[in-house]
Amino acid sequence: MKPEKLNSFRTGPDERGHFGTFGGRFVAETLMPLILDLEAAYAAARVDPAFTEELQGLHKHYVGRPSPLYFAERLTEHLGGAKIYFKREELNHTGAHKINNVMGQILLARRMGKTRIIAETGAGQHGVATATACARFGLQCIVYMGAVDVERQKPNVFRMKMLGAEVVPVQSGAKTLKDAMNEALRDWVTNVHDTFYCIGTAAGPHPYPAMVRDFQSIIGTETRAQILEAEGRLPDSLVACIGGGSNAIGLFHPFLDEPDIEIFGVEAAGHGLDTPAHAASIAGGKPGVLHGNRTFLLMDDDGQIVEGHSISAGLDYPGVGPEHAWLADVGRVTFLSATDREALDAFQLCSKLEGIIPALEPAHALAAIQKLAPQRGKDHIMVLNMSGRGDKDIFTVAEHLGGM
Amino acid sequence: MTSRLDARFAACAAAQRAALVTFITAGDPDPETSLALLKSLPEAGADVIELGMPFTDPMADGPVIQAAGLRALKHGQTLAKTVAMVGRFRESDAATPIILMGYYNPIYIYGVERFLTDALAAGVDGLIVVDLPPEEDEELCIPALKAGLNFIRLATPTTDDKRLPAVLANTSGFVYYVSVTGITGAAVPDYSKVNEAVMRIKAHTALPVAVGFGVKTAENAAAVAAHADGVVVGTALISVLKQSLDGNEAATDRTVPDVAAFVAELARGVRGAQRVRGNAGTGALR
Repeated sequence: MKPEKLNSFRTGPDERGHFGTFGGRFVAETLMPLILDLEAAYAAARVDPAFTEELQGLHKHYVGRPSPLYFAERLTEHLGGAKIYFKREELNHTGAHKINNVMGQILLARRMGKTRIIAETGAGQHGVATATACARFGLQCIVYMGAVDVERQKPNVFRMKMLGAEVVPVQSGAKTLKDAMNEALRDWVTNVHDTFYCIGTAAGPHPYPAMVRDFQSIIGTETRAQILEAEGRLPDSLVACIGGGSNAIGLFHPFLDEPDIEIFGVEAAGHGLDTPAHAASIAGGKPGVLHGNRTFLLMDDDGQIVEGHSISAGLDYPGVGPEHAWLADVGRVTFLSATDREALDAFQLCSKLEGIIPALEPAHALAAIQKLAPQRGKDHIMVLNMSGRGDKDIFTVAEHLGGM
Repeated sequence: MTSRLDARFAACAAAQRAALVTFITAGDPDPETSLALLKSLPEAGADVIELGMPFTDPMADGPVIQAAGLRALKHGQTLAKTVAMVGRFRESDAATPIILMGYYNPIYIYGVERFLTDALAAGVDGLIVVDLPPEEDEELCIPALKAGLNFIRLATPTTDDKRLPAVLANTSGFVYYVSVTGITGAAVPDYSKVNEAVMRIKAHTALPVAVGFGVKTAENAAAVAAHADGVVVGTALISVLKQSLDGNEAATDRTVPDVAAFVAELARGVRGAQRVRGNAGTGALR
C-alpha cells in the first residue's frame, strides 16, 4: 500500500477520538460521563507546566530516564547490514516501557482526586508497573488478570502482591487478557466515583489511545535527540513489536512526519499466519468494535472475538490500538510478523551476542530485524525498541527449549 | 404508524400499571428451548421482550448473563439465527414488542443496512446496543430510526441533567433507566431513589421510563412498578433458567415451565403494585 499524501500523520485523533475510521468511544452510558471527565482532566494536565515538571522529575529519579540508546555492535556485525541501535526501555524501573504510561496516568488520577486504581494485565508487566506506582503514592490498587495468565506468570503475580496490590484472577470467558479488560471495565462501571482505570496500552475508548501514546512518546523523543548526538542524523528505520502497540507508537509517533524513515511494526504470528493460532490482528483480522474502540480484531464470521495466541503473553491480545490500525490503513507503517519459533531464535541470539536477555515481546522485533538488517547497507541506521527485559520469560523459554 | 412498543406501553398505562419487560438470551440453553421460552413469555405475563444477542465479550453484563451468552454460542447461535428466531415468534404473536439487546460488533460485522432490513422483516421492534452511546449515533442509532426501528437508550445514575438531553435526543420507544451503577445482576437498588430518578428523566421526555438492574423478586418488581412505566427483569430470570438445567447445562422438561412460572409471579408483582408515581419518594401510598 502506498502512503496517502497527508500534510501530517501526527494530528490525530479528531475531537471525537477518531483516527480515520478507527478509534471512537464505544462504551456503556454509565462510563461515558467518566470518559468525558478524564478527557477534560487530561487536556488540562497536558498543558500544565506543573504536571509536566512532576512527571519529568519522576522519570528522572524514579524510572531512571532517559533510557540509553545503545549501539548493538556485535548483532550489527553478525547480521552484516544496517547499523542497529537498541532503545533500552528494558532498563526502566520495573523492566519495561509500561511504567512511562503508568506514571502519567497515576499523576492524572491524583489530580482528579481518585483513590482507587484498577488495571488489567496479561503478562503482568503493566500490572507490576501499576502496583509499583500505587505503592509509591499510597493508592489502593486492584489488578485484573486472566486466571490462565495468573498460572503462566506467577513471578509477576507475586511481585504485584509484594507491592500491596490485590490481584483478581478472572474466570470469565477465555480467562486471558481480553477477559481481564472486560472485568476491569465491569469494575469501573460499578465503582464510578472513586476509581481510575489505568489502561496499559494505546487502546480503549478515547482519550486512552491518544493519552497513552503521549505518555509513551518520550521513547521516540529521547531517541531523536540521542541518535542526533550519536550519528549526527536521524535514523533510516524504526522497528518495534505490536500487541496493543504502546511501545511501538511511543517510538514511532515523533518520527511519523519524517517521510524518509521506514517504520516497521511486528505482530505475533504464533504458530504461523496460516494457522488459527496467532495474534496478528492487522495481518489476520478485520475492522470491528471491542473495548471501546474500532480497530482490527481477530474474530469469526459472526463477529465473535477469538483468542489470540503467542508465546509472548504480552502480545496475545486479539486487537491492536486504533492509531496503528489507521497507520496500517494509510500505509505509513509497514506491519510484519514473527512466529513463536523466530522470536525464540532471536531471543537466544540477542542474549548470546549482546548480553541482553530481551523479553519475548521485543524478541519479535529482533526476529524481524534479522531479516531486515542484512537487506540494508552498512550506512543504514536502524533503531529497535527493546521494550522489556526477559527475566519474566526465562521459564517459558526454558520449557520450549527443553530445559536448557 | 404507532409502533408495537408505543401501543403496548399505552395499553399498560390505560390499565394503570407498569409493563413487565423480560430478558432472555437468544439460543440459551439451545435454539429449540430458547424459541419455546420466547413463545411462553407473553402468556406468562411479559408485556415486552428483550432478546439478548450473544457476544463473547459482554462488558456490561454480570456472570449470569455472560454464562447465558456462552451457552448459546456453544450451541452455534449467531446473529442471523437470532433474527430468524424473532421471525418464528411472529408467526404466532403479532402484538408483543421484541427488542434485540446486545453489543455492536456482531451487528457491525453482519452489516448495518442488511441487519436493519432483516430485523424489520423478521418483526423486531427496537434495539438496545449497550456500547453505542449518543456520541456514536451515526453508527446505528440514526440509520435504525430512519429504517423505522425504535432505538432504546440506557440512562444511568451517572447521566446527569446536563447530559440527559443528549442521551434522550434520539431515543424512542422507551427509556431504560439502569437503577444502579454496575453490571447486570448487581445489587438491589435503593427504591426511594428510583422514583426520584424516574421523575428526573420524565422532566426531560414524554417517553415511558422502564427501570432495570437488580430486580430479583416479585416484591422488587412491585416496588419498582410503583414508580416506573416498566420493570425490566433479566438476571433473575436467567438464574431460574440455569437452575432448571441438568449437569451438562442442557435443558430439562422443567426449563420452560419454571421460567414461565417465575414470569407469572413477577407479573403478579407488577400488576398488584400500588402506584405512587409523582410523590417523590417516601411511601405516600394512595
